[in-house]
Amino acid sequence: MIPELGQFALIIALCIALVQGVLPIVGAARGDVTWMNVARPAAQGQFVFVVIAFGCLAYSFVNNDFSVLNVVNNSNSSLPWYYRFAATWGSHEGSLLLWVLMLTVWMVAVTLFSRHLPAEMVSRILGVMALISVGFLLFMLFTSNPFERLLPAAPDGRDLNPLLQDPGMVIHPPMLYMGYVGFSVAFAFAVAALLGGQLDATWARWSRPWTTMAWVFLTIGIALGSGWAYYELGWGGWWFWDPVENASFMPWLLGTALIHSLAVTEKRGGFKVWTVLLAIVTFSLSLLGTFLVRSGVLTSVHAFATDPARGVFILGFLVVVIGGSLALFAWRAPRVGLGGKFGFVSRESALLANNLLLIVAAASVLLGTLYPLFLDALGLGKISVGPPYFDSVFVPLMAPAIFLMGVGPLAKWKQAELPDLAHRLKWALVVALVTALLLPFTMGKWTPMIAFGLLLALWVGLSGFVNLWQRISQLRVANGLGTGAQLRGLPRGYYGMLLAHAGVAVLITGVTLVKGYEVEKDVRMQTGDTVEVGGYTFRLDGLVQVPGPNYEATRGLVSVLKNGKSVRTMFPEKRFYHVQQMPMTEAAIDTGFTRDLYVSLGEPVGNNAWVVRIYHKPFIDWIWGGAFLMALGGILAISDKRYRLARKTERELSTGAVAVTS
Amino acid sequence: MTRITAVLLLALAMPAYSNEAAPAADDPVLEQRVMRLTAELRCLVCQNQSLADSHAELAIDLKNQVRSQMKAGKSDAEIRDYMVARYGDFVLYRPPLKSNTVLLWGGPFVLLAAGALGLGFYLRRRRARLTEGELTSEQRARADALLRAGQKGGTR
Amino acid sequence: MNRFLLPLGIFLVLSVFLAVGLKLDPREVPSPLIDKPAPPFQLALLQDPGKTLAPGDLKGQVWILNVWASWCVPCLQEHPLLVDLSKQSVVPIYGLNYKDARDDALKWLARHGNPYTLSAMDADGIVSIDYGVYGVPETYVIDKDGVIRFKQVGPVTPKVLEQKILPLVRRLQG
Repeated sequence: MIPELGQFALIIALCIALVQGVLPIVGAARGDVTWMNVARPAAQGQFVFVVIAFGCLAYSFVNNDFSVLNVVNNSNSSLPWYYRFAATWGSHEGSLLLWVLMLTVWMVAVTLFSRHLPAEMVSRILGVMALISVGFLLFMLFTSNPFERLLPAAPDGRDLNPLLQDPGMVIHPPMLYMGYVGFSVAFAFAVAALLGGQLDATWARWSRPWTTMAWVFLTIGIALGSGWAYYELGWGGWWFWDPVENASFMPWLLGTALIHSLAVTEKRGGFKVWTVLLAIVTFSLSLLGTFLVRSGVLTSVHAFATDPARGVFILGFLVVVIGGSLALFAWRAPRVGLGGKFGFVSRESALLANNLLLIVAAASVLLGTLYPLFLDALGLGKISVGPPYFDSVFVPLMAPAIFLMGVGPLAKWKQAELPDLAHRLKWALVVALVTALLLPFTMGKWTPMIAFGLLLALWVGLSGFVNLWQRISQLRVANGLGTGAQLRGLPRGYYGMLLAHAGVAVLITGVTLVKGYEVEKDVRMQTGDTVEVGGYTFRLDGLVQVPGPNYEATRGLVSVLKNGKSVRTMFPEKRFYHVQQMPMTEAAIDTGFTRDLYVSLGEPVGNNAWVVRIYHKPFIDWIWGGAFLMALGGILAISDKRYRLARKTERELSTGAVAVTS
Repeated sequence: MTRITAVLLLALAMPAYSNEAAPAADDPVLEQRVMRLTAELRCLVCQNQSLADSHAELAIDLKNQVRSQMKAGKSDAEIRDYMVARYGDFVLYRPPLKSNTVLLWGGPFVLLAAGALGLGFYLRRRRARLTEGELTSEQRARADALLRAGQKGGTR
Repeated sequence: MNRFLLPLGIFLVLSVFLAVGLKLDPREVPSPLIDKPAPPFQLALLQDPGKTLAPGDLKGQVWILNVWASWCVPCLQEHPLLVDLSKQSVVPIYGLNYKDARDDALKWLARHGNPYTLSAMDADGIVSIDYGVYGVPETYVIDKDGVIRFKQVGPVTPKVLEQKILPLVRRLQG
């Protein structure tokens, strides 16, 4: 009964989405207020029914309803309840439902936080989002029904893939999807603006917090995924350039470009066409990622079970949504004006150059990901494109972008002077250069890559300080307040920018140091054996058998000693999952501010000895720390009061602004 | 609790001596070379994993091949050729520069150059167009007034 | 031309590729050994370990090399087809028994039928690596000069047999 209820709720949600996708958009075109007013209640109604559907599926999973095919394939009665709940989105079908759920969450958010927007705008935005929702609901109901029954019911399920039985599974997919789907808001804003012919600074200001929010979620989602891979896969890597990782990374790169481009559009009225195109393409890449993961055109460790019929459907959907919006763009964009004037050396130019680099980086990731497919389709051979390619292409593209990160925020809008910039930044550059060249010597190893990585990180960090310091001293001259008052007086958006950029510096530091100074030892250990790695002594004190809820684990007891004193005991496990008959390596990690200790059990090699792999990974947590700082910077920027206070005046202003900027 | 007891029991039962653990590989230096090379070779039976990361049977066989050929004094390039002769370029995660991969390796930099050129031209043209369409003083005054009003409402 | 049409154009080209991609199998790796001489080996026979098989012995005839193992589940799927083919005596099938135990392999043949003129034992899988084997079963068609002309990865299906293997064998024999 419950699964049928869920399916019924999905059908109702589809009907509502159809209404929401048609009436408000037509209403906005004809100026019919009654039709436009359908948008908000419809979006909220749709949300309610999708929540019901999601609840029904989660209920079936948690209560072990093995008459539902999806539950049989992805769960088991011995699975702990929280993983049974997370298994709701463990399958292709369930994750689609999560996708739609997130989409409706964003819709409801739009209905709540857009009271200040003109009715036509809101109607169009919600209408466009509903049309996306229609596509996904149809896809689910026709090719991937999460509620499909299995008759007769199975006695028990085939269990969730052991790789997914992890706290990461509970939090990573929802975050990632919030990010992916969140860009649909920016997309809907862009399409709505194109439909209404109203592309101006106010439009940019409205869509900016939404874009930043989606970007924050995506940043956190990607960081969580990377952290999960790090401890779950058991060989200590944290980024593999797998097609599915790339599918999330490309929208992130473009989303980053979009955030910066929106800043110019909002502040200076420039790049309007460019910003709209970015908003469309960013979401398009989210959709493309969905296609790549679910259609089976690429092989990936993370891909879902695939089915060509699904691929055809999503591709058709992509052509309609992306093709349609790009056609609309081609039709409307020529009418959009140019915006403010700026010189070759100016913050606008710096941001534009940065945009270019980010986009070329994203395009390169796309090229590398799809190139094997291109060659195969043209019958020109079968190749693999892996991490060595991406590393060697990505670094040279990002390095100048990171250099510009130091310059851009200091450059004046409209017109900046190169000598002035050089003068203001010379100390940051000198200090960064000298430190980067000398610091590796004190750490025991000097390579060009380490020095270069440190240079980039220090440059970003120091130029941020210079920026803050000069901003304060300028203000002090201007209004004579004390430093504390100055610091409090600066807008949060500014701090958000500094924090996010500092996050990049922290991340680069982490990547550089862990790549440069990581130590790995593979040893054969019997009880009592010791090995020294990175200044710590690891001693295997024994192995015990530990039963888990749905697995049996061999747990190693490893003492960690520093200067002869025991500082920690670590418990790496080798698990064997009964239902899927699959062994899993569960690494033990001791997290620290300056280093991780990472111990994973390999295979038994006879004589009670085991292969044990031990890593000392300096500063690795800075990678994720940096990512979270970036996300925090985004949150800080959204909380800037100009997004809250400005709302009232915008409505009157927006009509005037068009006249000025177009 | 049980965990602690287990540790205590083991600590009691622990032998008084403690040995330096033996490296898992007989020759750690060679093993490092094996890992470095196999990290760039693709495991054919896996979804998308390198030979180094994979525990699939064929991957282990191939790693053994790599190891024994290294012991026999073969160079990395020779071993790579050995793999390519059997499985094609598909096994290489670093695609070799050939006529069919020129676009792959050159693409990003061509894009960057094209983008930079396009950007330069665009900025120049944009400037020219903006100068042509210079606002009249009357328009400018109106725009300034609106901008001021916008700033008052917007950023303060 | 309207330069704002460029993104649409790029996207449409991309989607054509993606559409073609849907029909391709990303995991099917074409063998670089096609039109190359079959790698030489000298391996003990399954039924009679005292004797050996070498591809050189088979020069002058078209033959099929089938890589199989008793532990290989998909091998069972193609096996009846091979048994049928061997009864028609169109082309001799030689077996390469991949990483198997002799007893298991013999039992398996006794139970499911033996389509092979001879089977050689590749116990450690080294020869199979020379043949670029990565998914058992695999099937090769080798011509009179000892050159590999066709390779099938995975079980031979009736369609592949009728439309690819048999026509090729007839052409090579003729």
